[in-house]
Amino acid sequence: MDIDRDLLLMMLRRMWMIRNFELKVIEVHGAGEFSGAAHPYIGEEAVAVGACAALKDTDYIAGNHRSHGHPIAKGGRVDKAMAELYGRVDGYCKGKGGSMHLADYSIGILGESGILGSSVPVAVGAALAAHIKGDSFVSLAFFGDGASNQGALHESMNLASVWSLPVIFLCENNQYAVTTSYAETVAVEHVSDRASAYNMPGILVDGQDAIAMYEATAAAVTRARAGEGPTLIEGLTYRYEEHSLGLGRVRRGEYRTEEEIESWRQRDPLDILENTLISQGIATREECDAINAETVDEVEKATEFARNSPFPEPEALFEDMWSDPIPLP
Amino acid sequence: MAQTIFIEAINQAISEEMARDENVYIMGEDIRRAVYGATQDLLNDYGEKRVLDTPLSENGFFGAAIGSSLVGMRPIVETLTSFMWVGMDQLISQAAKMRYMFGGQATLPVVFRATMFYGGGSAAHHSDRSYPMFMNMPGIKIVVPSNPADMKGLLKSAVRDNDPTIVFEDGTLFGMRGDVPDNADLPEGELIVPFGEAKIVREGTDCTIVAIAGAVNIAIAVSDQLAAEGISVEVIDPRTLVPFDKQTVLESVEKTGRLVIADPAHKVCSAASEIASIVAEEGFWSLQAPIQKVASEQVHIPFSPALEKLVYPDAAKITAAVKRTLES
Repeated sequence: MDIDRDLLLMMLRRMWMIRNFELKVIEVHGAGEFSGAAHPYIGEEAVAVGACAALKDTDYIAGNHRSHGHPIAKGGRVDKAMAELYGRVDGYCKGKGGSMHLADYSIGILGESGILGSSVPVAVGAALAAHIKGDSFVSLAFFGDGASNQGALHESMNLASVWSLPVIFLCENNQYAVTTSYAETVAVEHVSDRASAYNMPGILVDGQDAIAMYEATAAAVTRARAGEGPTLIEGLTYRYEEHSLGLGRVRRGEYRTEEEIESWRQRDPLDILENTLISQGIATREECDAINAETVDEVEKATEFARNSPFPEPEALFEDMWSDPIPLP
Repeated sequence: MAQTIFIEAINQAISEEMARDENVYIMGEDIRRAVYGATQDLLNDYGEKRVLDTPLSENGFFGAAIGSSLVGMRPIVETLTSFMWVGMDQLISQAAKMRYMFGGQATLPVVFRATMFYGGGSAAHHSDRSYPMFMNMPGIKIVVPSNPADMKGLLKSAVRDNDPTIVFEDGTLFGMRGDVPDNADLPEGELIVPFGEAKIVREGTDCTIVAIAGAVNIAIAVSDQLAAEGISVEVIDPRTLVPFDKQTVLESVEKTGRLVIADPAHKVCSAASEIASIVAEEGFWSLQAPIQKVASEQVHIPFSPALEKLVYPDAAKITAAVKRTLES
């Protein structure tokens, strides 16, 4: 394996950070510490972390409602992310976005969209800027199997292909759009098959394997930077939790079996990466456990940071509407 | 001062802004061959990378324009009002909301030039005057020019503004000639019309007409006609609806005591409705007569010229409205 050890350990750290962040979110949301929807990324960590490990800070990503994993994978701060979930002033969006709309423009996170498929054209636009200006940055759009049926995605893939834009379309196929299975709604066997309609490579990847995700994305990034155009990557993965916290009407077992969930848990992305690192002598069990423990601590500190951050003052209601402000009507 | 056609004024504004700032580029359907005229010569002058013909994919390329604006570009998108419905998710879910939703991190200097081709037998799918629907959505600045000089100066302001802007270009004005100052004659060396400054285009004392886009010229003609009858009408062109210069309107109503609003959009929740509500709330004690809205009938645009001409505000309807205010 020809991947830098530091990069592999960073990937493991970010995957544990996402896992422990989401476990904490489930705990504190359940305790009523903040309201609204929150969509746990548990089970899918290898997809975002593997993909983002192939990107630089100067590259861009845009994502969707299942939004905590993407910014953490890109190197975002968990304290500002958690404070945003709590609706506090120190959150990434000063409390105006919440769980579904994390963004960090300082490291190329253009923002998560609650309308599915809607952020894909935006990511294409960042790539268009690189194309027009002759810059070398690339852009990556995360979307799910559900959004793979959105016209916005298909328009975007066509546009990116005809203009040969440096963009990676990254489908996180977690098998279900809320409760409706991928097999019921997608007309082809794999989302990646759709690439052929837009004359671009379509790569099917084991989304539980962070290294495989990294390698596939790195190859797509190399193509994009060389001016060879877009790539569609499909990471096959699985959502362990229900679609959204607080969606009590969805009962486990109604649309998927415990056996199915358990079969995916047997291929847990953290186990797979740790086993690889340990078996290849890249890290010890103790080192892996220490990384896990450090991220537990960091998430705990982030939660305290969020709890201690104030709510926005009423004046903030009218701030951030405009870059060039105008009078209120 | 040169007599310039409205569509040439659009072209001048785009070309000057593309020459000034290499981050400005334009995209749209059939713009390289300038099917509607506004993009004449741009391909030759600025090259293929900055003059982009798009596939028929409004959701896709509106979003691409928005995304590029987030990372430093200043896109101008050419489209028609009626095609904006196809790209509505990008206009609303992304362009209008991103800056606020992300706590001020996003800056979106993107301009949509949306032509309103009404009044010429284009029927229901090509005749939308949709600016009121966007007024209802916070986050988008709205420009409604009524003559070549304002068209040029407002479009240049739109390109330089750092927020999403839709410039509603009234197709009934595309052939209109008007004075547009030569840059050499201007102290700043170019024509810039700022947002949020209404223009009093006729001064008068008996009744105020606030007119929007193509209705401005009709209101001016009405004003001239009524002057011959001894009725003094003030005509105000707001020029931008977001931001809206309510002070100029309120001061005029304070003087005249009467208000007619001429708005080519559908009358329910129109720009006229909003202006009427502002004056009712903040200028009620100036009013000597009920406010009169002259907006389009609440039906779709029929093809037959015999029916279409009945829909929009025209000189007869505006004149009758002014006279109604004077009966009180």
